[in-house]
Amino acid sequence: MSYQRYDYDVIANWIEPGERVLDLGCGDGSLLRHLTNVRQVRGYGVENDPERIVACARNGINVIQIDMEQGLAGFDDGFFDHVIMSLSLQAMRNTQGILAEMLRVGREAVVSFPNFAYWRHRQAILNGRMPVSKNLPYQWYDTPNVRFFTIADFDALCEQEGIVIHERLAFDEDKVIVDEPNFLASVALYRLGRAGG
Amino acid sequence: MHAQTQCAAESVGVVEPQRAHFDAPLALKSGGTLPAYDLVYETYGTLNAARNNAVLVCHALSGSHHVAGTYAGKKNSEGWWDNLVGPGKPLDTRKFFVIGVNNLGGCYGSTGPNSINPATGKPWGADFPFVTVEDWVDAQARLADRLGIQRFAAVVGGSLGGMQALSWTLQYPDRVAHALVIASAPKLTAQNIAFNEVARQAILKDPEFHGGHYYEHGVVPTRGLALARMVGHITYLSDDSMDQKFGRSLRHDKPVFSYDVEFEIESYLRYQGDKFAGYFDANTYLLTTKALDYYDPAFDYDGDLVAALGRAKADYLVVSFTTDWRFAPSRSREIVYALMHSDRRVSYAEIDCPAGHDSFLLDDAQYHAVLRAYIDNIEV
Repeated sequence: MSYQRYDYDVIANWIEPGERVLDLGCGDGSLLRHLTNVRQVRGYGVENDPERIVACARNGINVIQIDMEQGLAGFDDGFFDHVIMSLSLQAMRNTQGILAEMLRVGREAVVSFPNFAYWRHRQAILNGRMPVSKNLPYQWYDTPNVRFFTIADFDALCEQEGIVIHERLAFDEDKVIVDEPNFLASVALYRLGRAGG
Repeated sequence: MHAQTQCAAESVGVVEPQRAHFDAPLALKSGGTLPAYDLVYETYGTLNAARNNAVLVCHALSGSHHVAGTYAGKKNSEGWWDNLVGPGKPLDTRKFFVIGVNNLGGCYGSTGPNSINPATGKPWGADFPFVTVEDWVDAQARLADRLGIQRFAAVVGGSLGGMQALSWTLQYPDRVAHALVIASAPKLTAQNIAFNEVARQAILKDPEFHGGHYYEHGVVPTRGLALARMVGHITYLSDDSMDQKFGRSLRHDKPVFSYDVEFEIESYLRYQGDKFAGYFDANTYLLTTKALDYYDPAFDYDGDLVAALGRAKADYLVVSFTTDWRFAPSRSREIVYALMHSDRRVSYAEIDCPAGHDSFLLDDAQYHAVLRAYIDNIEV
């Protein structure tokens, strides 16, 4: 999946060699494997899906099976350089809680999510149907996503929560979108920090 | 070469225990010394030329060196972890050389309370010195020396066996590549010690205990030992599994107002208790529960487990079971977080299995899939 590779490359560029990295919702561990290969990170993944736990073990990735909705109790403050949540935030119920936890245990957070205000999604809604696309590949009745938000919404939440946006990159497929990202970008990636940190 | 996982799993077949005698005295954590001792052990598979494919399996409270396979001409003599160890099984004996050892103080052939004390010519009984998890690991290391194994590919254990696996990585950090710590804890809670104390009191208060020297009286404190086992069994099962297995089923279909067996759970516990008392040694039970209680690698580090794990060099897999309340998942997570904060490589799986603490002995599909995936990546 080409779209996954540019996601990975952007994240890799935000990470220094040898960092401690935590990947929340790490799937089969392929992002951590990539970051281990290109950045020699000390990586840990968090998952709660039994099959993905097995896949991570098979991939030789450190994976910790916990329910992120319960927060990251047990993880020390500031232990990680980067805490990543790649394309999973929209599937989390406790959005504010997990963002706070990410910036508690990590110096910086990296978050990517599908932009619900992408023009194709707007078009679908105008046509009277919920959007189904490469980045939102589910029907309304079987989607694991529980939070539907846009780039503009997320910017506003960061402002409200005192989260500093160090960098933001928006994409349509593998193309960087500079102008009108909330309209033209299907996915956004953020590098976030604590205020004053 | 990696094992072909699609191959049908087989038994290691008929096995025979072996015995190693050690003349060099073993200094014990309690301050005592064992002048000489025997260890009984079994091996499965073949030690490779590089001698780097050895896996040590550590047993729990009532386990033994008989991990896998069967004894010739003996029915139902499968080892206690036969579903894990064998050709094509998660711990594949076509790749690994697997060793099971009966721990010191045991009653399955290794030197223990029912062995002869050379100083008196009589069974050690209550005079057998206290042995700890650390002492067992020291003894296991000497057996590894004897077998020409400098470094284990893995040390594996469940419950008290998991404590030994963890301890191996702290006592001999250069001699363990991977530790699999299953259904275990970094130390017992007060509640857990309390259950052990009830079990011990049952034995100690049995009139046939005779201060631990019951061998000389030709009797066995079977009532106390059976009671101890009954308490243990309650804690090894989950509320749900017990309810599912026995519920409130009555022997006579209605209450008959008697202290004889009425509820099926009573029958089960009495049967398990009596069976256990028929083959296990009461002094071994006492010693082993104390070893459980004393285990606390963070004790010398002001309770700081991260500091205690600072010496470790191994990679870890930690596994717990959702319905295990004797060694609850939260206790395994303590190990996981401490290892992570010590920059150790660690993975953790929490298996949704209904069977309580006993789950670690079962072949739950997810549990074995995790073990297999992890073990397949161990390089030899």
